[in-house]
Amino acid sequence: MTAKLLKNREALLVVAIAVLVALIALRFPAFVAPGNLARVYNDTSILIILALGQMAVILTRCIDLSMAANLALCGMVAAMLNTAFPGLPIPLVIVTAMALGALLGMINGTLVWKLDIPPIVVTLGTLTIYRGLIFLLTNGKWINAHEMSVAFKALPRLDIAGAPVLSWLSLAMIALMFVVMSRTALGRAFHAVGGNPHAAVYTGIDVGRTRFFAYCLSGALAGLSGYLWVSRYAVAYVDIAAGFELDIIAACVIGGISIAGGIGSVAGAVLGALLLGVIKNALPVINISPFAQMAISGTVIIIAVAVNARAERRKGRVILRKAEAV
Amino acid sequence: MADAQLSPRNIPDRLQGRGARLLKSWEALLVIVAMAIFLGNSLASPYFLDPWNLSDATFNFTEKAMIAFAMALVIISGEIDLSVASIIALASTAMGYAVQLGFDTPALVAVGLGVGLLCGAVNGLLITGLGLPSIVVTIGTMSLFRGLAFIVLGDQAFTGYPSSFSWFGQGYVWWVFSFEFTLFLLLAVIYGVLLHKTNFGRAVYAIGNNQTAALFSGVRVGRVKFILFLMTGLMAGLASVCLTSRLGSTRPSIALGWELEVVTMVVLGGVSILGGSGTIPGVVLAALIMGMVTFGFGLLNVPGIVMSIFIGLLLISVIALPILWQHARRHFAH
Repeated sequence: MTAKLLKNREALLVVAIAVLVALIALRFPAFVAPGNLARVYNDTSILIILALGQMAVILTRCIDLSMAANLALCGMVAAMLNTAFPGLPIPLVIVTAMALGALLGMINGTLVWKLDIPPIVVTLGTLTIYRGLIFLLTNGKWINAHEMSVAFKALPRLDIAGAPVLSWLSLAMIALMFVVMSRTALGRAFHAVGGNPHAAVYTGIDVGRTRFFAYCLSGALAGLSGYLWVSRYAVAYVDIAAGFELDIIAACVIGGISIAGGIGSVAGAVLGALLLGVIKNALPVINISPFAQMAISGTVIIIAVAVNARAERRKGRVILRKAEAV
Repeated sequence: MADAQLSPRNIPDRLQGRGARLLKSWEALLVIVAMAIFLGNSLASPYFLDPWNLSDATFNFTEKAMIAFAMALVIISGEIDLSVASIIALASTAMGYAVQLGFDTPALVAVGLGVGLLCGAVNGLLITGLGLPSIVVTIGTMSLFRGLAFIVLGDQAFTGYPSSFSWFGQGYVWWVFSFEFTLFLLLAVIYGVLLHKTNFGRAVYAIGNNQTAALFSGVRVGRVKFILFLMTGLMAGLASVCLTSRLGSTRPSIALGWELEVVTMVVLGGVSILGGSGTIPGVVLAALIMGMVTFGFGLLNVPGIVMSIFIGLLLISVIALPILWQHARRHFAH
């Protein structure tokens, strides 16, 4: 029983997060107050939404380095829309941001699908292009809090049934992705394409098209996060979320999503993001300089990948013992 | 992230001659692009064709190119190292710390190179010792190494480097040839010989093309890969010495985002990101192209971020155009 539990990545992560929270609670009981834990979750919401999109892409053996740049561009466009037409209903702004994000994702997806360019090269290129576009749009100007409408800034903080809309949105996205991954053909296809592209082709799955949809999904979620980021921090400029693409990938890696594709779950992505979120929020509480956060996340990533690699090695039946002996 | 080749492989009836191969090679395309950019720049700005201006322009790419040579070998072997920029930051921080302890120039250089080697050894051990995927390990060490620099420095900066130390980033060997540019040329030759003329270079290609086959033909895959990561660390340390010397100060955000520029340079140079193919002359040309684009746009007062759009477009289009061309040819052949 315990051995089986130890092999389950998600269970292991839950234990790791629980131990971490318990250790902090030993010295600082206030940290585990329900209100504070809800705040930590709320603070991690955007990372969770982004990690869900990245998960779909990584499952298909691709990677999306352009997510943070996509987020920044969509966030900027949302803010510009809001300053130009303050009367525009906020849901419409969100839909526009998501549509733009999906469009940017489609560009990635098309390059990967139709031109067969390696995903890491495509998204490395679009990463710089998307961020550059923000500069071309704004000439480097900032959009500050006072230029945004009240409704634009208020929505993520709006309290519904005791929790802010931001938390509810991320919960909704988790539920949505859970259904997509476990109950739809597309979700199966994500796993199949990454697990074994050849076998996927023979089962009638279009590998390129599946990857294209994964990029659309990650793009749309990045677009949504763009609005959420800009409205939450009430500022938009060229460099928002710079370098955040690596945090997103880190969350996925910690969550046990194999960079080689085919292995991973919604729960893993969420827990990976939560672990990073707990660490980030705990540091100021236990009086460690925020400058230490980067080194700690780095160490966590390395430990996580080492643990996952061991778990993956044990998995799978050996059919041809001789060939495996390599 | 080796991808499956789903289409059948076409085997031509006869091989092309040496001349025809050279003309159709990636390097030939790069030479044309480089000449076009050179011509465009000299027409666009009267200040471009000045030996001292051109010499200044080389500082744009020499430090990145040093790392790009080692990175090219790593990528050809089918791995990647995203931690190089963070190694620069950590090595620079260590040198700054050594200055506070009263170390002199030779010791500073030794500290910079030593920290680079050490970081490379950490990457190498994690990747070859534990058999972990290099892209994830180096994303981790990228956070770790720069994170250590942040822990030491916070929002402070190290300055006060000895005046003799400034030679590495600001000194000239002969006429307009700076120390950095001379080093760049020297390293290009060394890496060119290493990759194209030695057993070690053959082993690197062999590993990138088929790791299992390489293992069966007696290549010590683990050892070769470890040496490659060690070399990348050393080059990052060397780049750190040059960059720190040129700037004269260390902040933890030094060389932020360089890993992506170095990878761009290598891929632009025709090295396949999937491993197994690529040449050092290609990387040299890519370095010159990126340097000239940056410098030419700088003379025209184009902001840096617009240059990066251009580099991004260049990266995608240079890879996409030959593929589109092939698609078109196949389309018309049928």
